[in-house]
Amino acid sequence: MQIVVDLNRCQAYAQCVFLAPEDFRLSGDEALTYEPNPDDARRLQIQRAAAACPVQAIVIDRLDGAERSVTS
Amino acid sequence: MTLPATVAELVRDFRANGRIVIVGASLAGLRAAEALRDEGFTGSLTIIGDEPHEPYDRPPLSKQVLKGWVPADHTQLPRLRAVDAQWRLGVAATGLDRATRQVRLADGEHIPYDRLLIATGTRARQWPNPTEAALEGVYTLRSRDDAARLQQALAARPSRVLIIGAGFIGSEMASVCRELDIPVTVAERGSAPLVGALGGVIGKIAAEMQRDHGVDLRCGVGVSSLEGDASGHVRRARLSDGTTIEADVVVASLGSIRNVEWLEGSGLAAGFWGIGCDAGGRAFDINGVVTDTVYVAGDVARQPHVLYEYQFLAMEHWDNAVLGAEVAAHNMVNLDPDYYPYLLLPSFWSGQFGVNIKSVGVPPFGDEIVFTQGSVKERRFAAAYGRRGRIVAAVTFNNGKWLEHYARLIEQSAPFPPPPPGWDQPEDMNPMPAEFPAPGVPTAIPDVVLTGHDPSERRAEFRPRRR
Repeated sequence: MQIVVDLNRCQAYAQCVFLAPEDFRLSGDEALTYEPNPDDARRLQIQRAAAACPVQAIVIDRLDGAERSVTS
Repeated sequence: MTLPATVAELVRDFRANGRIVIVGASLAGLRAAEALRDEGFTGSLTIIGDEPHEPYDRPPLSKQVLKGWVPADHTQLPRLRAVDAQWRLGVAATGLDRATRQVRLADGEHIPYDRLLIATGTRARQWPNPTEAALEGVYTLRSRDDAARLQQALAARPSRVLIIGAGFIGSEMASVCRELDIPVTVAERGSAPLVGALGGVIGKIAAEMQRDHGVDLRCGVGVSSLEGDASGHVRRARLSDGTTIEADVVVASLGSIRNVEWLEGSGLAAGFWGIGCDAGGRAFDINGVVTDTVYVAGDVARQPHVLYEYQFLAMEHWDNAVLGAEVAAHNMVNLDPDYYPYLLLPSFWSGQFGVNIKSVGVPPFGDEIVFTQGSVKERRFAAAYGRRGRIVAAVTFNNGKWLEHYARLIEQSAPFPPPPPGWDQPEDMNPMPAEFPAPGVPTAIPDVVLTGHDPSERRAEFRPRRR
């Protein structure tokens, strides 16, 4: 699954870091880094993290694989 | 049929049967495509991108990707909806013919459009000496492939990395090197890191931050030449102060170049600072007349901003790509009076040396700065930038929760210095000069630029005086 965090919006409440520690990390007190392509096995954790974000900064892919495909 | 009814019918017909081409398949291009479908556009949509990859996110490249935590190919952008587009990836647009409304591609094909969105962004400025730039071990960082190569080089534990240029990307890369415990030298022509974007007062703090983390920071020096060994691998750099640096990885972080060359001869107002457009994203032609068919969004756009005396802003910011794309997309499928204006307050973030640097507004527009909250010593503070008694921007170091407060003040052009909120006040709250470099002083180019006209351009058609 693909995610992106709007880091303009992020205020380092760090709920995601508690809920999905494998995919979200704080560097210092406030600088969030994350895995943009978390393992599908952790989808529930990621969804919980996105739901818990007080500023709703986490965007999760809304398409499944078939719809994503690009033709050249 | 009345005229308004005819116009409404035209809009409906365009939304159903029009042809829209987007040149640029990164953040702005993708979000524009999604916004067009959200707006009810059901005509044909073509997205052209010179990179072979699906749209991906660039900010992680200089941080978690370089560090080796996240592979470069994990950075694809999430999709907000299906776009049902023809994707032409891995082929660059090479020309625009506005008379016949066609985009020329590198493979010789011509793609016709009714409305065009230009979102071609920027590319990394390469090391200016091509022979030295071709040495093995010399890198730039802009694309996902760049990041993958540089990450591999760092993983091989070089004896020293030299970063040329201490803008945001250069500073973030230096931070990653130190996190990986790799010796790193940063050479910056200006007086301090980040000086172009945030001024000398903040630059001094950024410099201390780098040195505290073990960066060998050299300011006020340029790199004169790079030297390689017999096998063509870079080994050392000669600096303008006569010293040499032994390094086996060199990263040129010299800012970006706007991708406008393909528009040569198109008659659009395209130049060094990007493509001039109105606040709604409609491109100007070389005479400054707005077009109805060509739109611009993202890093390559420069547009007037109401808060900054209607000066043209060129913004290389994530936010600008997203909102610029949404505004342009809306306006591409609407007519006056339904146009959206572009009312983004510029903002950005940078994670480096364990500190989250965030900013709102346009700091270089200000000439004074005042610390309003927190502690500089603890690198946890907020500062406001002012010009002529009004607040025009703010910056926070590990104090991002307060940024919205300052954003509201900036939107209202509130007095400067602003009354400090809360109890957490710094010792010195006197405004001081913000120490931005004078125009023309070499430094890393800030990623919000107030752009004037280009005096070397004289292509406009002046109206003959009637007798």
